[in-house]
This record gives sequence, C-alpha cells and structure tokens, in this order.
Amino acid sequence: MSKSEIKAPLPGTFYRASSPDLPVFKQDGDDVSAEETIGIIEVMKTFHEVQAGIAGKRITFLVDNEEPIMAGQVIAEVEQ
Amino acid sequence: MTIKSVLVANRGEIAVRIIRAAKALGIRTVQVYSAADADMLAVRLADGAVNIGPPAAKKSYLNIEAVIAAAKAAGVDAVHPGYGFLSENADFADAVAATGMVFIGPSGDAIRLLGDKVAAREVAARAGVPTVPGSGGRISDLSQANEVARRTGFPLMIKAAAGGGGRGIRIVNSLVELDQQFPLASAEAAAAFGDGGLYIEKVISNARHIEVQIFGDGRNFVHFYERECSLQRRRQKVWEEAQAFLLPDDVREKLCASAVALARDVGYRGAGTVEYLYDEQRSEFYFIEVNTRIQVEHPVTEMITGFDLVQEMFKVADGSPLSVTQADIRPRGHAIECRINAEDPFKGFAPAPGQITRLALPDEDGVRFDTMLYEGYTIPPFYDSLLGKLIIWAEDRPKCLAKLARALDGLVIEGVPTTIPLHKALAADAAIARGAFHTRFLEGWLESDFAAARISATEVV
Repeated sequence: MSKSEIKAPLPGTFYRASSPDLPVFKQDGDDVSAEETIGIIEVMKTFHEVQAGIAGKRITFLVDNEEPIMAGQVIAEVEQ
Repeated sequence: MTIKSVLVANRGEIAVRIIRAAKALGIRTVQVYSAADADMLAVRLADGAVNIGPPAAKKSYLNIEAVIAAAKAAGVDAVHPGYGFLSENADFADAVAATGMVFIGPSGDAIRLLGDKVAAREVAARAGVPTVPGSGGRISDLSQANEVARRTGFPLMIKAAAGGGGRGIRIVNSLVELDQQFPLASAEAAAAFGDGGLYIEKVISNARHIEVQIFGDGRNFVHFYERECSLQRRRQKVWEEAQAFLLPDDVREKLCASAVALARDVGYRGAGTVEYLYDEQRSEFYFIEVNTRIQVEHPVTEMITGFDLVQEMFKVADGSPLSVTQADIRPRGHAIECRINAEDPFKGFAPAPGQITRLALPDEDGVRFDTMLYEGYTIPPFYDSLLGKLIIWAEDRPKCLAKLARALDGLVIEGVPTTIPLHKALAADAAIARGAFHTRFLEGWLESDFAAARISATEVV
C-alpha cells in the first residue's frame, strides 16, 4: 500500500463542492476513480474542475474548502 | 478640502488611479490589501497600507466590517470604493457614513434605488428616459403576457424579476413559444431565486451599447458626453470609445439630456453612468441601468473632455459644487481604450496569472496606460484578469486607430499571455474602422475573422 499525491494543475482558490449549498464532491475516506471530479479551482473568476487523475482508495484532502492554493501544490492523497 | 486623507477600498489599476488623483489634491492615501496583494503597486504608492484579510475577496475586499475597521484604524476622513467590490453596496456606503467618514459616491439610498432594476426603470420612465418596450413591471399570468406581446411584438425576453447578470432569461419568437415557455420560466425562477415573478422585454437586435457619463453635486447636474462600449465578450467590455462613432447629433443631444434628467430626478451626487441600448436602424435608444460609481472606461471621457473625473469625485464628496458647468464641457477629438487582460486569446481566453518578466510602454503624445504592473510583479490568481488599459487620443477616429496600432506595437508585456494580439487584430479590422459593430459583433468575429486569421498565419509559417 503506497500513497499517491493529487496535485493542483492551476493556482487559485480550491472548492470541494460546486456550490456552497451542495455536498462536497468527495468525503475524506471515499474511494475515487481517475475521471472523478474531486474539486474546483477558481482562477481569475473562471472555474475549472479538478479530476483525481489516478484511481485510489481512502482519499485524504490536505487543502480546506475555499483555501488559496499554488500550482503543483498537493491537494489530496489516495492509497493505491 | 476638508478631506485630508482617504482609504482606498479597492485594488489593481483603479487603486493606483485613485491614489494619483488623491495625491494631486494633497490628500493622504491609505491602501487596503489582502494577504495576496502585499506587493501590489498601490501599496507601494500609498502613504500607508492596511492588511484587511485573506486572499478570498469575500474575506477581504468584500468584507464590510474589515474595511470599516481599517478605515477607523487609519483615522481617515473618507473612503473611495473604486469600481466592483463594495462600490455599489448601499449598506457599505451607509456604514461609512455612520462612522462619520465621507463615502466618495452617492448616498446609500441613491445606490439602493438605482440598483433595483424595476425601481430604476420606474425612475427612468418618470424622468422621460425611453425604456425597452415590455411589461414595465411584474406580470401575474399568461393572459397578461399575451397582451404585452401583442403590443410589443417578437422576439421577447422572459426575465426573472429576481434574476440578474444574464441568469433566468428565455427568448421567445411567437405566441406559441410564449405559451410553452412562460410556465417553465416561472417554475425555474421560483426554484432558482425563490421568487417566480416574471417580466417581459422586447429583444433589441443588433443594438449598440452606448452610455452617458453623468455628474451631480445634489443641485447641479451635467453630462460628459457618451461612450461607445459595444465590443464585448460574454457581456464583458473589451474596447471602448468616446464619443460614439456615427451617432447623429440630434440623437446624442436627446441621449445626454435624458441622462441628466434622470440624475436631476434623484438629486444625484457624484459620478455615475447611465447605460443604454441604441437601435441604429431606428435611431432610438432605450435605458438599461445606472451604475453609481466610476467606470473602468472613464479615461476615454477624460481624454476627450480634458477633465479629471476622479479628482472631481473627491471635490464633490467634499461638499464643493461641481467645478464645471455644461458649457465648459466640450468634447474634442476621439479616444479609444483597450482592456489588456492576462488571458490567452488563442486558447479560449484562458486566464493566466504569473510573473511579469518584462514591461515596455509606448511613448507618444496622446497615449496613456493605466496599470498596476511593474517588472517582477506576480499577478495573483484570486481576482480579475485586467492588467491595464491602453488609452489613445487623436484628432479624429482614423488617426486614433492608426496611433493605437503603433502603441500596441510599442506595448510589451512578457511573462503571461495577454489580449494584446486581439487588440492588434481589431485595430487593423475593416469593420471596426467602418464602425460597423453591435453588442453581438465581437463573439461572431472571434469565431470567423480572428480564428481564420490565426489559421492562415500558421499555414504561412
């Protein structure tokens, strides 16, 4: 069992749900597939979905909702 | 001036612009900044600076308590809100006034009144300003909608009374479509906005967006002529001109007079803009809305009239009467503004924050670049993509376009993609030179002419 990192492709503000009234895309501990959306990054008032990119088990988010992030920063980890 | 110091409650190029105006009047400046903006040019230029919170705008630039606390801590006499952020927030204007400071803009009540779409339309109608034909207010049922449709004709827009920013709009082309869409629109509005109220407006096809700069001191009201802002992408202005090209003199006179009548009706104080749709075929104009703040594109008005609108805002807020009468304001020549954004026009206008590695500015009379850039500055990803505004003045429009082309060649911004190539293509375009454009022009042109020009350039290489 090893841990794999999911990194931010863009700098901006990270959101875990598509709107404040909706549930988060993924809870800590969920399994994810490579195509699944795990969050949204807002860059200069435009919104970009972030896919997991890799399949894995028990996702752990390292960034809070609405937190500023840099490109390449690790957003979450999954077990493989 | 009784105002000796001001808090600049904004960021980017407009914060720099406000600081320059304040300095010219001998006013001490205190700049607010978020944690992401400590290095911005306005912080460097201001006499003082206050950190108001984290990068997210709602926790800093949109946080009324944080901005008011910064103003109190800095001990300033006044607050300038710029554009965007809290500039049209009536509660913020009231909160500033409640602390005994001067809000540089109209009263909270005026912002509230003119910010309400239905109320503003009623004010316009009362002042004799033509409004887009339609229901005028809420309609209760389909039979009333049919009655309005028979009077105005098609196409029509069904709009949610509680909507805004382009949301909750449906376009219908016949009575049959109206019958089908009306109940759906009502249900959708109820779900989206918690209010199923609808109103109806005629669609003005191929219209131009023309707006009038107004100014008032509460007793005297003037206009600084009009701006043409039809070149838009996704309802965002890209290129603006003053005066409006090919606008007949009699229409201009009526348009500007109607804006002043509206300002007088509400006893307006400060700088404002009345926006209109102009139907070129019929030579008719229709009220859209009032913006109760300084506009991004105010420099084109300054270039053709020779007045500093931001300084005038300070003077009027200070309690002075307007420093100009209508007869003093005489437009001269032509001005064009290009919004230079950190977006890649060849990749769907994807925004791109990053570091500015090189900056070179054009050097010619009648060329102005309002910006917050400097070499080494890193543009944060948290706010809009505006890097600066290139503003050109010349004796007439053809000379202005030629000078613009030269200035765009002389403007070098390296480190991030910018919209400079888009403006170069527009400045060289025959339809732009003829003035043959409307609010839907640019999006079509980007698909056809701009994309095509790029493909042929690639083939040559």
